Amino acid sequence: MTEEKTHHPEPSYLVNTGKYKGLMSWLTSTDHKRIGLMYMYAMMVFFIVGVLLGEIMRLELFRPGQQFYGPQMYNGLFTLHGIIMIFTVVIPGLAAVFGNFSMPIMIGAKDVAFPRLNLFSFYLYIIGAGIALTSQFMGNGPPDTGWTFYAPYSIQTHTNVVAAVFGAFVLGFSSILTGLNFIVTMHRMRAPGMTFFKMPLFPWSLYATAWIQVLATPIVGITLLMVIAERWLRIGFFDPSLGGDPVLYQHLFWIYSHPAVYIMILPAMGVITEIIPTFAQRKVFGYRAIAVSSLAIALVGYFVWAHHMYTSGMSPTARWIFSLLTFLVAVPSAIKVFNWVTTMYRGSIDMKPPFLFALGFIFLFMIGGMTGLTLGALATNIHVHDTAYVVAHFHYIVFGGVGFAFFAAIHYWYPKMYGRMYNFKRANWAFGFLFIGFNLLYFPQFIIGIMGMPRRYFDYLPQFTLGMQLSFFGGILLLIGIILMITNLFSKKGAIAPANPWGGRTYEWTVPSPPPVENFEVMPVMGEDEEPYDYK
Amino acid sequence: MEAETVHITPYRTYAWVLITLLAFTFLTITVTWINLSALTVLVALAIATIKAGIVLTYFMHLKFESSLFRIFVVGVLAIYVLVIIFTMSDYLFR
Amino acid sequence: MEHRDDIGAKLGMWVFIFTEILLFGGLFLVYTVMRGRYAADFHSAAHHLNAFIGTINTLVLLISSATVAMSITAVQKGHNKFAVLLLFITLVCAAIFMVNKYFEWGHKFQIGLYPGSDLMLTMNHGQVMFFSLYFFMTGLHMFHLVVGGIILTIVMVKVNSGAINSTRYVLLENGGLYWHLVDLIWIFLFPLLYLIT
Repeated sequence: MTEEKTHHPEPSYLVNTGKYKGLMSWLTSTDHKRIGLMYMYAMMVFFIVGVLLGEIMRLELFRPGQQFYGPQMYNGLFTLHGIIMIFTVVIPGLAAVFGNFSMPIMIGAKDVAFPRLNLFSFYLYIIGAGIALTSQFMGNGPPDTGWTFYAPYSIQTHTNVVAAVFGAFVLGFSSILTGLNFIVTMHRMRAPGMTFFKMPLFPWSLYATAWIQVLATPIVGITLLMVIAERWLRIGFFDPSLGGDPVLYQHLFWIYSHPAVYIMILPAMGVITEIIPTFAQRKVFGYRAIAVSSLAIALVGYFVWAHHMYTSGMSPTARWIFSLLTFLVAVPSAIKVFNWVTTMYRGSIDMKPPFLFALGFIFLFMIGGMTGLTLGALATNIHVHDTAYVVAHFHYIVFGGVGFAFFAAIHYWYPKMYGRMYNFKRANWAFGFLFIGFNLLYFPQFIIGIMGMPRRYFDYLPQFTLGMQLSFFGGILLLIGIILMITNLFSKKGAIAPANPWGGRTYEWTVPSPPPVENFEVMPVMGEDEEPYDYK
Repeated sequence: MEAETVHITPYRTYAWVLITLLAFTFLTITVTWINLSALTVLVALAIATIKAGIVLTYFMHLKFESSLFRIFVVGVLAIYVLVIIFTMSDYLFR
Repeated sequence: MEHRDDIGAKLGMWVFIFTEILLFGGLFLVYTVMRGRYAADFHSAAHHLNAFIGTINTLVLLISSATVAMSITAVQKGHNKFAVLLLFITLVCAAIFMVNKYFEWGHKFQIGLYPGSDLMLTMNHGQVMFFSLYFFMTGLHMFHLVVGGIILTIVMVKVNSGAINSTRYVLLENGGLYWHLVDLIWIFLFPLLYLIT
């Protein structure tokens, strides 16, 4: 790219300039923006599959007793639904898609630190997801352990657990490499003058996330290898008949899988922190508090894992310690919510779809977080452990939180990604369906959970019928909302988007939409008195 | 980018480090001959930690890298130790 | 267009080493729990390990780490030939380690001691745990040693061809860091498995 740079604008990253054309030019691209989009397309496919699996489960639960298929298939379905949604959608989720697409531009870099490694992570993601999915069709039938692969059942069942576990292992490796890449990128490639405390808050949340990815994922990696070794070699770590301890499996599994919740939710919080100041046109309230609370969540969140195990026979001492730590982690989360609301106060609020989704996030995340405290308290946990209450709680966090933040992020950065706008009215309708459908689907689960409906049950007592049927209709509304949203975004091209449609102040809004291949024609420099969110 | 001062460690340093490490290895073996009962493991672990510290400092150049690397290493090890402590809060009090 | 960031590359390697430490960390956690539970059995089971071979392997690994570290000095000073020699010594040490391990494991397999074997299923619980941990931990360590050996072979070829030289040698540094990690893990494995008799 030597010829007359000044006269012609650089081609956008969507134009194929390399030696390959079409699909190959995408599959061989090390451009962070293209990799981000590829993650997004793959994730959308997995998400839709996961949603349909969920709907099939709802269908079976429409009435008590067996309707369409038997309990073994139900077990396989919720396992697959969990594996797909957790490992291939929400864990890579916002970090892989929007972290890749936006973060390098937001910190003023041309790309991530190791672009080829980034592409490699993407391929590992695809391979891992592929292995996890083929586990359904090979060996002795789909795994029926639930996505948690609890020992000792996971080492005894004859279903094809090994392939699913190995798929999760490969996906974990992909996640580690993405985290590594982001850490180095944010340390080494920030624009000159952009100190850590002048970095926008979405990158901040990704930084905290990346450390969890790097430090927690290997633990589940080795645990999953142990499960495979248990099945193949009978090493017996989790097998009581050989002197092992199944509770140890739960410890090792949750040492990763609880921080994994923060891998999901931290980038979501980061996105919301970008959207709210932009649409309130107001400087973010308590910048430092939000940045530091991301790190605090990551750190404290690393040590709360055993709150999943209160009823497993753990020592009473460990129970109160972990309960205490669980309550502590609510503090930095609450700081964030407080700061979002305070940022909006007296702002000139512009109710565009991204902001609407962000508000939806705050509402649903609040419910999810509050009910989390019920579960984190020892006494109440004993009663609602492994009931539909838990199902409702984590769907409020994982779908209501991460999912709605993901939708908010798509609506926020869509103009930047494609250089096109979308129909606001339809986006608002989609939000309406999603929000009402979501609450109708999951709120009844809280109630029947408290009434005693256990999770992962294929059948139920007649008194839960009303709740189950409301959930079913909520599921239908949710599905309509998803279809509306996707068709609105991807069916036809909208009007051409300006570089800065929302009046944002971070760097990605200073470059053309869609951005050129190397993001900036002139590399940005942050001045002494500049700040990331100087609206007023 | 900040200017990186290249530090060349002389061969001699590495030779001394190696000798120290070998000496600690023999120490840890001789300690096992003496029966200290419960203390044996602690002593062995303490010596291993010292050896690991030497490897990190000299062989892995932590002494000559920016302090960021040292902070990371200490932080990661601290997190790992906390994980063990919190896990043992279950096993020691069952 | 050449963009180079040696500190960034090293930072990346260190972060990777952290993940490796925590990977083994999961196993050390299992070890801690199981040892707390079956201290006496661990004690007696460790008698079956050959502390002599373990000691030799410790020495060999320490020497190999020192030669890798020295090879960086050699490259920095422009003595590529000497660096190649030092790396070759490292690889020889790795080979000695592997041969020792082959005999050590081979002997255990011969007497029917391996995970899932009939002999192991007749042992008491603590001993099963000890030997399972022994095979899993040393096995995973060996895997890392082989990977490190492959990396250092590539590095050695590059030092020999001059692709790694006194102005750019971050690949050698990173390969070395990985090798030291292998050493670091063995420093803990050795006393915890061989010296608790």
